[in-house]
Amino acid sequence: MLFKDLKNLVKETHLPLHEVILSYEMLESAEDPETLKNSLSSLLRAILEISERVYGKTFKTLTGLTGNNASKLSKNDHGLLSEFMRCAVITALSMSENNASMGKIVACPTAGACGIVPGVFYALKKIKGFDFDTLLKGFIVSGGIGEIIASKATISGAVGGCQAEIGTAAAMASAGLTYCLGGNIEAVEAAASISLKSLMGLVCDPVGGFVEVPCVKRNGTAVTVAITSSEIALSGIKSVIPFDEVVDAMKKVGKSLPETLKETALGGVAVTPTAKKILKRILGKLT
Amino acid sequence: MAMLDVVGPVMIGPSSSHTLGAVRIGRFVNELIDGIPDIVTFYLCGSFATTYKGHGTDRALVGGILGMKDDDENIRNSIRIAESLGLDFKFDIFENDEIHPNTVRIECQKNGIIHDIWGSSIGGGAIEIFKINGVECSLDGKTPVIFIVNRDIPGALSRILSKLDINVANLYLKRLNKLKLTAAAIIELDKSPENRILKELGDLDVVLEMYYIPQIF
Ligand code: SF4
Repeated sequence: MLFKDLKNLVKETHLPLHEVILSYEMLESAEDPETLKNSLSSLLRAILEISERVYGKTFKTLTGLTGNNASKLSKNDHGLLSEFMRCAVITALSMSENNASMGKIVACPTAGACGIVPGVFYALKKIKGFDFDTLLKGFIVSGGIGEIIASKATISGAVGGCQAEIGTAAAMASAGLTYCLGGNIEAVEAAASISLKSLMGLVCDPVGGFVEVPCVKRNGTAVTVAITSSEIALSGIKSVIPFDEVVDAMKKVGKSLPETLKETALGGVAVTPTAKKILKRILGKLT
Repeated sequence: MAMLDVVGPVMIGPSSSHTLGAVRIGRFVNELIDGIPDIVTFYLCGSFATTYKGHGTDRALVGGILGMKDDDENIRNSIRIAESLGLDFKFDIFENDEIHPNTVRIECQKNGIIHDIWGSSIGGGAIEIFKINGVECSLDGKTPVIFIVNRDIPGALSRILSKLDINVANLYLKRLNKLKLTAAAIIELDKSPENRILKELGDLDVVLEMYYIPQIF
């Protein structure tokens, strides 16, 4: 799937973007649009339910390196974030810490990046009061963006670095958010492009190989990139580089990243003196 | 790549390859032996061996072998649950550079019969079961499978296959014991057979043991 194709189809058929994505998916994978819509609807329902349940909680994570970020942030407010953004960040941190404590999550696009898309959809529901049907339309658009990246490039940190996981999640979240807020297809494209460009080159460097440091906090900050990109796009600002080309560029960057920065825990923050010290301490307990 | 490979599944964290894939390999064994084993050893290789606790792979494997589903929140407590059920389990590690880094060999015993299953978690929750009781295969858990130990005599296999009214997607065979004249067959099917067919198969005089593993995800 290319974004360009979606654009042409929307122009030709005058159908809304989310419907075009569902029919396109039918052509590509012979998936019945109604069945697909139902599956997506139950995934979104799971996302909203889990978000509600884990919001701002404390978690006992596997390594203990994270677990109280969401609860700390929810108890402290310095007024730097809008109510909407705050809710999204707390949701992203909660979901991510829930993941690290073997809680139930929805991979979106991966488990490591599972907080970002829930961040925007839960905030849309909780702060802006959006109904489920509108959220579902946005979620379909998020899925379409994710699929374009997965089919043209990669959504795996081991293959393309964290830009492929967290970057993709931010692009998905931003596109869905923009669509829910009434953005047209150009705005959706701009939002996804700006998000992915902002996170391009992000390396995958989990301490010890575990999905906690820096993954949890990256979910929290990347959701702000998604929201900011959406606000930029909704104001009519275009992305100079079209989305399909941004995805190609991301793929190339992923290829040129050394193996040490692709989930091997051999580079980035994973090999800092502090990371090594921490690992020495916890590895005895862990293996 | 389909959209549902990008969003979803609903799963237990923290990692699709270290947790979800491990639950699925464990559950494959649970289905194969039709329940919880009496004794089990998980031999972990590669990154499974070095990071299994930090990723919860141990709890995922035990949860799977107890029959837990991909999104069962009790996976987190599976070790405790297994202990309370009296399951005799342990973990060990081994080295082998030639196989996928996320591999587990599960050796288990139920009602005195020993089974030995090798599986890898190959990314995104996808799995490959590549050896069952010495018979090499390549199963992804998405299709129903019949494992049969049969008498190794002329015509045995054709009698077995002719009972099936479903398309066979793949067939893996191996002679097990020349003296005892036993062989094994792993039959991968396009869809699940009716119970009646399974019963008829099991009743064949050439069939010594039969295990049915439904699609596990
Ligand atoms: S650092 Fe690696 S493991 Fe962590 S979220 Fe990013 S891609 Fe996933």
